Amino acid sequence: MIDILSYGFFFLTMALTYGIVCLGLNVQWGQTGLFNVGIAGFVAVGAYVSSLLTTPESASHLGGFGLPIAVGWVGAALATALVTFLIGALTIRLRADYLAIATFGAAVSIQLCVLNFQPVTGGPFGVGFIPRPFAALAGRPFLFGAANLALIAAVVAVLYLALERLAQSPWGRALKAIREDETAAQALGKSAVAFRLQAFALGGAIMGLAGAAQAHFIGFIAPDNYQPTLTFQVWAMLIVGGSGNNRGAILGSVVVWGIWALSAALISAVVPADQQARAASLQIVTIGVALCAILLWRPRGLIGEARVGARHLLRPAAPRKAPTPSGEN
Amino acid sequence: MTPSASLAPAAAGQPAAGADPALSAVGVTMAFGGMRAVDEMSLSLGRGEMVALIGPNGAGKTTMFNLVAGSLRPTSGRILIGSADVTGEGPTRRIRRGVGRTFQIPRPFAEMSVLENVLVGAQSQTGEGIWANFLAPRRVAAEERAAIEKARALLEFVTLSHLELEPARVLSGGQRKLLELARVLMADPDVLLLDEPAAGVNPALLDLLIDRIVALNGAGKTILLIEHNMDMVARLCSRAVVMAAGRLLAEGTPDAVAADPAVIAAYLGDAP
Repeated sequence: MIDILSYGFFFLTMALTYGIVCLGLNVQWGQTGLFNVGIAGFVAVGAYVSSLLTTPESASHLGGFGLPIAVGWVGAALATALVTFLIGALTIRLRADYLAIATFGAAVSIQLCVLNFQPVTGGPFGVGFIPRPFAALAGRPFLFGAANLALIAAVVAVLYLALERLAQSPWGRALKAIREDETAAQALGKSAVAFRLQAFALGGAIMGLAGAAQAHFIGFIAPDNYQPTLTFQVWAMLIVGGSGNNRGAILGSVVVWGIWALSAALISAVVPADQQARAASLQIVTIGVALCAILLWRPRGLIGEARVGARHLLRPAAPRKAPTPSGEN
Repeated sequence: MTPSASLAPAAAGQPAAGADPALSAVGVTMAFGGMRAVDEMSLSLGRGEMVALIGPNGAGKTTMFNLVAGSLRPTSGRILIGSADVTGEGPTRRIRRGVGRTFQIPRPFAEMSVLENVLVGAQSQTGEGIWANFLAPRRVAAEERAAIEKARALLEFVTLSHLELEPARVLSGGQRKLLELARVLMADPDVLLLDEPAAGVNPALLDLLIDRIVALNGAGKTILLIEHNMDMVARLCSRAVVMAAGRLLAEGTPDAVAADPAVIAAYLGDAP
């Protein structure tokens, strides 16, 4: 029983770290319509920055600087925001499909830098000994798992509340207007480039934070973790859950991560050992099939985009006298 | 200041252009490759004046309009708002300077509610900054409440109140025109550029629309409108500017230009 619960904690914690990435993507795509196909790169930046800031000093990579985990996470978010902002400043004026190509290129470049810039990143050997939150509890797996889940769940909850507030604010409204009709939004004084860049950098910061959280939860990172497969998974999560909806982003990450974990378990149970490495590709196929199913039956995702109004709209309009414009004959 | 609260009777004598123009275009040319859509065109709007820009199809009216509104940058010539040269500024800056526009084919934010559409027109809200929503939530909320009140008054002004929570995509063509009007009024512009406000509007709504435009002009707004309906031009405007083949063809009272042989020839297809 305890084992099942412990695994449940582990599974949910992992899924929720993807949920954080997915919330970041929702700001970029769901709210703003920015086609970011470079998610893995931004997650990698966050993971590496936080790892280098917090690991004990090592000869195999830059630092580490042995700073507290919280400093690592904040640093990861800020550093990724900066990187995203710089990439965005160069590419945000591109039309949707060109932005996708540009961000994909950026992510591949980041991954290659991480892989080859060995003095800083440790190269293919990655970074180990990343401090884990609640390390003191490591001897008691149940408590350790529960504490980690609580921490990640709290991060998700805070982000969710903050992003909901933003989605319903004049800022969120401007993003939505720009997504719906850029020309009209600009004619009403909303600078498309400025708002897009803000949304891109904010989404990037959240992805970086997610990368950091993941790195500290697993304790070890390597360039291979940040392949385009990660980008694909997160996109599948957002589309399955419901693009434009923060709850959908979180739900989608749990569902898709569930499919991923389940299909991995199935493959290891069914496929003979010498074929398992090859069969692992079936996991991607499973996600692809799930994606197709959702697009066919629920094209807006499990929870579609909510009609977000201003927060003060729920009160009915006060009765008002009919206007009496003068100037009539 | 909400329009429903501030609609003074339409002023009888409207100021002539020239003395203190609210908006002017000086020798503006717009070339697309070898084609000069607008050719050395000048135009001036006096404060509080309502002027019609008319001309046959392909005369360059909408191009001229886009130049004045800032969505196109002229090949040569200057655009002035008051005395400020705004030739190099885009539409985002122009509305902050008090020049707002509507579109020939309405561009509602289809998946946003009618009320939200109008709220997008609000200018310089504190809540447009990310951090302000967390650092000054009360101020953001207070501004938002004021904006909603104003947006509701504007929806009442254009008789769309009963639809405020519907997504804008459900509106009819004429209602979309009215929504565009409410949306741009939310920004409190001094100068309104209306591109064919009556096109596709049914007769019942048309009377309302004309009535509202008259009321806005009466409240002091300077208005430039593109219009094909000469009857409407005659009812609304003291002055009409006629374009043909990208150039200024005639200018005067609606009746005078309608009787001008050159204008008639241009409409009938004779090259002027």
